[in-house]
Amino acid sequence: MALLYQGREWNFDTIKRVHDAIEDIAINEMGLDVYPTQIEVITSEQMLDAYASIGLPIMYRHWSFGKRFARDEVLYRKGYQGLAYEIVINSDPCICYIMEENSMTMQTLVMAHAAFGHNHFFKNNHLFRQWTDAKGILDYLAFARDYVARCEEREGEEAVERVLDAAHALQMQGINRYSRRPRRSLAEELERERERRRYAETTWNPLWTTVPGVDPSAELGNADYQRLLEEGRQRIELPEENLLYFLEKNSPVLRGWEREILRIVRVLAQYFYPQRQTKVMNEGCATFVHYEIMNRLHERGQIDDGSFMEFLHSHTSVVFQPEFSDKRYGGINPYALGFAMMSDIQRICREPTEEDYAWFPEIAGNQDPMGTLREIWADYRDESFILQFLSPKVIRDFRMIRLNDDQGYPYFEVAAIHDDQGYRDIRTALAAEYEIARIDPEIEVVDVNLAGDRKLILEHRVRDGQRLDEATMHKTLRHIRTLWGYSVRLREVDAESGSLLVSGECEVA
Amino acid sequence: MNIIDRRLNPKGKSLPNRQRLMRRLKAQLHRAVAESISGRRVSEVDAGESVSVPVDGISEPSFRKSGGSRDFVLPGNQKFIKGDRIPRPPGGDGSGREASDSGEGEDEFTFTLTREEFLDIFFEDLELPNMVKRRLKGASSTVPARAGFTVSGGPQSLDVVRTMRNGMARRIALGRPAAKDLEELEAKLAEAEKAGLDTKVAELTAQIEGLKRRLRAVPWIDPVDVRYRRFEHRPVPIAQAVMFCLMDVSGSMNEHMKDLAKRFFMLLYLFLERRYESLEIVFIRHTQEAQEVDEETFFRSRETGGTLVSSALDVAANIITERYPLDSWNIYIAQASDGDNMSSDRDRVIHAMTQKLLPACQYFAYLEVDDPPGDSWNERQGVTDLWRTYETLVQPGVPLAMRRASAASEIFGVFHELFARDNVE
Repeated sequence: MALLYQGREWNFDTIKRVHDAIEDIAINEMGLDVYPTQIEVITSEQMLDAYASIGLPIMYRHWSFGKRFARDEVLYRKGYQGLAYEIVINSDPCICYIMEENSMTMQTLVMAHAAFGHNHFFKNNHLFRQWTDAKGILDYLAFARDYVARCEEREGEEAVERVLDAAHALQMQGINRYSRRPRRSLAEELERERERRRYAETTWNPLWTTVPGVDPSAELGNADYQRLLEEGRQRIELPEENLLYFLEKNSPVLRGWEREILRIVRVLAQYFYPQRQTKVMNEGCATFVHYEIMNRLHERGQIDDGSFMEFLHSHTSVVFQPEFSDKRYGGINPYALGFAMMSDIQRICREPTEEDYAWFPEIAGNQDPMGTLREIWADYRDESFILQFLSPKVIRDFRMIRLNDDQGYPYFEVAAIHDDQGYRDIRTALAAEYEIARIDPEIEVVDVNLAGDRKLILEHRVRDGQRLDEATMHKTLRHIRTLWGYSVRLREVDAESGSLLVSGECEVA
Repeated sequence: MNIIDRRLNPKGKSLPNRQRLMRRLKAQLHRAVAESISGRRVSEVDAGESVSVPVDGISEPSFRKSGGSRDFVLPGNQKFIKGDRIPRPPGGDGSGREASDSGEGEDEFTFTLTREEFLDIFFEDLELPNMVKRRLKGASSTVPARAGFTVSGGPQSLDVVRTMRNGMARRIALGRPAAKDLEELEAKLAEAEKAGLDTKVAELTAQIEGLKRRLRAVPWIDPVDVRYRRFEHRPVPIAQAVMFCLMDVSGSMNEHMKDLAKRFFMLLYLFLERRYESLEIVFIRHTQEAQEVDEETFFRSRETGGTLVSSALDVAANIITERYPLDSWNIYIAQASDGDNMSSDRDRVIHAMTQKLLPACQYFAYLEVDDPPGDSWNERQGVTDLWRTYETLVQPGVPLAMRRASAASEIFGVFHELFARDNVE
């Protein structure tokens, strides 16, 4: 076939032509299933803007985004950090930002990577299907931005900032991990917002008629007092692990618009939750897809050798994994791990070894690598993907080592290396590192003193002796105090025994 | 697939966020700017500024774990086998890895102020008095502004709605037949032909011919209908100002005093530069006689001789009369001196000030520079002559302000006070 382009210059025609060629390979040869794409060309400055608002095209205003922008800008201007070649939004149509500075080969790579790789993953992975609403997200972001702006006009920037600061501190505790409520369109969101406000205006909660500082048990008698407490608890459905949800619904001091802002922060945290759980898979999928597509374009004679070399150069730097003793080491590169595992799965399907038959009897030698990968992309997240598919070969190639770090000892102990005894051990340990539920602390609202001083009681269930960092804990509790309006106490209890840990109580009055 | 070119979208999308951040960092930024002003060299005064501020006011806390026992998997094992012990790297521990990726680990946050922002903070609360005199300068820039419609223009400014409206009005007025009238007649004609009614056919044919002629004569859209949006180039008013720098260069002014004076002029210059589109400076130095000089000579050269302040005031007054007519210039005068003046000169000073300069200028700022407080061998002997003279002139409504400064770090404060709003109004 004829070359699609030559040289590094790009224009809209070439982009269109290349996109169509990529689409042909992605859909007809690889069987990908994608949302329609919308490619938006932006400048480096706009890329920095997009960075600052956590990659979203529309975002409400907050100083923390300004902080992020200032930091990224310094890093970029001084050359410490390059800019991403693209940003892709999980929306329908799928929006891909590409930078005008990119050469045509980079634009090709970026389209294959984002417009097909990420796009396919967003559309098919079960987490995204279950938790995010690609059609509605842009509308919701616009709603959020306008709503926050209206609040700023009505209530003043400082008042809004106070709520947003506090809500941002609880973002990670603002996620429903186990259930999901039905999706709503923008119109329904607006209607519900009005409904909630109307409700709040027309009702009041008798729970909050209690006067803080008065001990009602003295007035009521013990039996009545206990009954009152119990009724209250039932009404607010404890325990609750979604702190933002709890505060939004039950805080005695928040006004309607403040609750709505908590809700906005909560909805966005929920939107990003699948992304946090699928970093390796998402990047792996996109990298694998761009690698396949670029190779096919080259085989079909649609890009020349020079472009292909340029592609290989950036591809290898994307999947570069420094060793842990290297000063460039900054954790396991999700692109490298994801790409290595997916390429290995392709190899296992095509040319399995004895070892592969033993480890992966279901897929070894099935001669359908794309079908296998498509199923994996749809059904797994990082933790389960690694637990299931990290092969001994990849462990050997990465020369992985598992260290145990116990704060009580002045050394790390090597618990496993890449040998026969170590494979399963490393695989389990690495998978656990990607389990968000283990990374985030497990904090729940366990009780509220509804009949007395309205104190909110939180509990952190401590596993493996991993306590909360004290300085940030105090600050975060102060934010909760702001939203709750009355004193807040946090207890740290051992997850296994349920017993309170030494100096495990902290209260912000 | 859609391709959208967003490159021309408005820039500075994150500007509001930056402003919010700056509001949050206000106290730190003000402190940093004040320190920076007192420390840096005059020639650098209007450069941008990188300010490191404590991360305290802008930390983003969240619950995070630390300590305890944890496992982690690392790539690139070269030599270790199971059971080996690796000493903990100094300073780093398991929790450090967690903290650094979220930006919470940093102690200081470096914030680069643009020149504009730096000066904005620097000049906050300051405002110039009575900026009343403006002049429309001949060569000033213009901005296009919408001004009705015109019958000629480029296709890019074609106003479709207006054009179509005119077309419709003309068609109605001239009775252009609608397409359906013609169709009806043709249908009737076909019927009549079928029925063989010859007279009717002839009649209808004539009618159809008439209609068609009319259609040709009254076009759907005619050049007379076309309207274009009209733009007028409106001149932008440019306020212009001139700043007079008056300095005593006699032997009693030492290097330290000149340095203070220089900073004072520099700051005033920066301040005016932001207020006025065009700003000119006149440097006048004096001993017992005054002359207008260029900037280099003004600051560098040394003269010997006595001190006659009135000479400088007279030169300034003459220059104003010759070159800067009052109806088109805002006039600012800044004078720096150690306060020495011959007592015989007192009346001439008062005359020049009250009769010529004070009525003409927007603002007259007098800075009396002094030796550093530590130099006790040269303590100020009470109030100086010039100070006493000027003091008699200070009255409400007179645009005269005076201050003393003895150290570089005081300049900022002096300046702030000098131009603070209440002081002037």
